[in-house]
Amino acid sequence: MRAYLFLICPVLLFLGGSYLLPFLGIMQLSFTDPEPGLGQYSHVLSDPLTLSVIWRTLRICVIVTAVSVAAAYIITLLWVRGRPLVRSLTELCIMIPFWISVLSRAFGWMSMLSNRGLLNTWLKDLGLIETSLQLTRNEFAVIIGMSHYLIPFAVFPLATAMRNVDERVLTAADGMGASRMRIFWQVFLPMTASGIMGATLLVFVFSVGFFVTPALLGGGQSVLIAELIYLWIFQIPQWGMAAAMSVILMLAVGGILVLLMRRYGEMAK
Amino acid sequence: MKSEAIVANTTQIEARSVGKKFGKFHALRDISLEIAEGEFLSLLGPSGSGKTTFLTLLGGYENTTSGQLFLEGQDMTGWTANQRGFGMVFQGYALFPHLTVAENIAFPLKVQKRSKAQIADRVAQMVEMVGLSGHENKKPKALSGGQQQRVALARALAYEPKVLLLDEPFSALDKNLRGQMQEELRRLHRELGTTFVFVTHDQEEALALSSRIAIFNHGALQQVGTPDEVYERPANRFTAEFLGDINILTLDGTSGVAGTPIQLPVNAVGLGHLAVRPEHMRLAAEGDANQLPVRLRDRVYLGSKSRLLLETQAGEELMLYLDNGAGPAAPQTGAELRVAWDVQDSFAV
Ligand SMILES: Nc1ncnc2c1ncn2[C@@H]1O[C@H](COP(=O)(O)OP(=O)(O)OP(=O)(O)O)[C@@H](O)[C@H]1O
Ligand SMILES: [Mg+2]
Repeated sequence: MRAYLFLICPVLLFLGGSYLLPFLGIMQLSFTDPEPGLGQYSHVLSDPLTLSVIWRTLRICVIVTAVSVAAAYIITLLWVRGRPLVRSLTELCIMIPFWISVLSRAFGWMSMLSNRGLLNTWLKDLGLIETSLQLTRNEFAVIIGMSHYLIPFAVFPLATAMRNVDERVLTAADGMGASRMRIFWQVFLPMTASGIMGATLLVFVFSVGFFVTPALLGGGQSVLIAELIYLWIFQIPQWGMAAAMSVILMLAVGGILVLLMRRYGEMAK
Repeated sequence: MKSEAIVANTTQIEARSVGKKFGKFHALRDISLEIAEGEFLSLLGPSGSGKTTFLTLLGGYENTTSGQLFLEGQDMTGWTANQRGFGMVFQGYALFPHLTVAENIAFPLKVQKRSKAQIADRVAQMVEMVGLSGHENKKPKALSGGQQQRVALARALAYEPKVLLLDEPFSALDKNLRGQMQEELRRLHRELGTTFVFVTHDQEEALALSSRIAIFNHGALQQVGTPDEVYERPANRFTAEFLGDINILTLDGTSGVAGTPIQLPVNAVGLGHLAVRPEHMRLAAEGDANQLPVRLRDRVYLGSKSRLLLETQAGEELMLYLDNGAGPAAPQTGAELRVAWDVQDSFAV
């Protein structure tokens, strides 16, 4: 066993060089730039603007996670348990977005939702509204865009969990007279809880670091943490602040991960 | 030919020419069978013979493609599993993995919307009955195979179904546990009086447990009867060879075997083979009527007995058991011997 350990050395070197070193650099920056000490942290954590961005990020990420996992659950249900035709159609709908870059997707939603976008034009043509609805440059647009991007990622852990459900258990429940509703809520859903947990974890961690989608669809009105860090690096620029913010973000995500993983571990038992 | 105990009971389930096709494949053809109330019927047959299929048809988990099923005289062919309300223990148990033992057993009771107090009582009673006291709050994964098996039994029996269907419930258990569970199943059957339909491909299990055995092969019903009927009087060669060991001799058309004249049982007319169980065959003594010359091919020492492998002059293999107690010295391999049997212990197939 030990003799083979050297085989993973290249990977460790690569990860060390490309992740660990830069991260140590950021740590160092956060404690030294512009002044040595904890000044950057206390500044970041006492700035009302920064705090509101952190709060907004958390709120949006929680909503996005809930929306994505719920939507993904229904889609996965169709994909795994639908009729053959439904299955292949759903599979297409899951796979196609994977081939489209995050930028194109954000632009797609902009042309859909903007003041003179498709949706507003149609609604006006139908005479349902007089003036355009404000559908972009707000949290609504950010949530839609982010969820759309993240749904496919939630599908895979859910699909694994659903495929692992023993068909006979469902047959047994049916034979005992349980209604379809009862079988879904009391048997199928709890049996896929580990998948829901996995999907939640994955989507939440991804969502916290989102940059392009909120920047474009939020239009500066709904700034999230990643965008704020970007501002501190390229616009202001105060790298120490950006570094401190990054470290805080990482600790927060790490903490949430540990908490969720613990629950996940219990569930897997 | 039914045994008295069963004739006295009333028919509960009747299958009339039931068939099942999967696409073009005939999984079952023309099965006609009556199951009496309170009986313990085993479905026995080789793998792929259609036992599970027949059980799922009975339970209403699959639809028949031909024929009819009756429950107490009523046509139940079109009823769903739910409407038939039989209990079923699935191959592999199919317990709810996310629920505890008590919650598993309570599930069908909750479906029936019984009161909380009633459910608690009944669950406690079932847990006690299958000997799982103290394990109520464990999840299935934390239980041994035998314990999971008991939960499955308790869950299927909790709502007092009229009929309990069991699909190879003991196949995953080791030999000791199997014996123990078989005892338990017998006891439950005696105490509850529920009709049991039990699938197995273990013939000893079927012989030991059942009031009657139905033997399947290639989707067709070969024979139904009490254990001793199917063992002592097999209806055809398949049943004869499938249950236990059997010696088969080819008849030569002049009421003899390879030129040696022998007495034939009455039903032998028109059949080509004579069958004798090894335990009914012995080394011939002076004055035995049916004697056949054989040569000893091999002798397998089994402790209290020896198994002799013999060969007739026509090259057919026979087997018989010889006690190793006091008596004449055991014959040596290659010895020329004669075997004998009583005509009433032989049957033509
Ligand atoms: N859903 C199905 N679709 C197609 N063929 C099936 C289906 N279910 C069973 N069969 C076929 O029907 C035949 C009988 O199957 P069945 O499961 O009843 O056998 P069995 O006697 O229970 O065997 P075993 O002892 O291995 O469980 C098999 O050849 C099987 O391949
Ligand atoms: Mg089977």
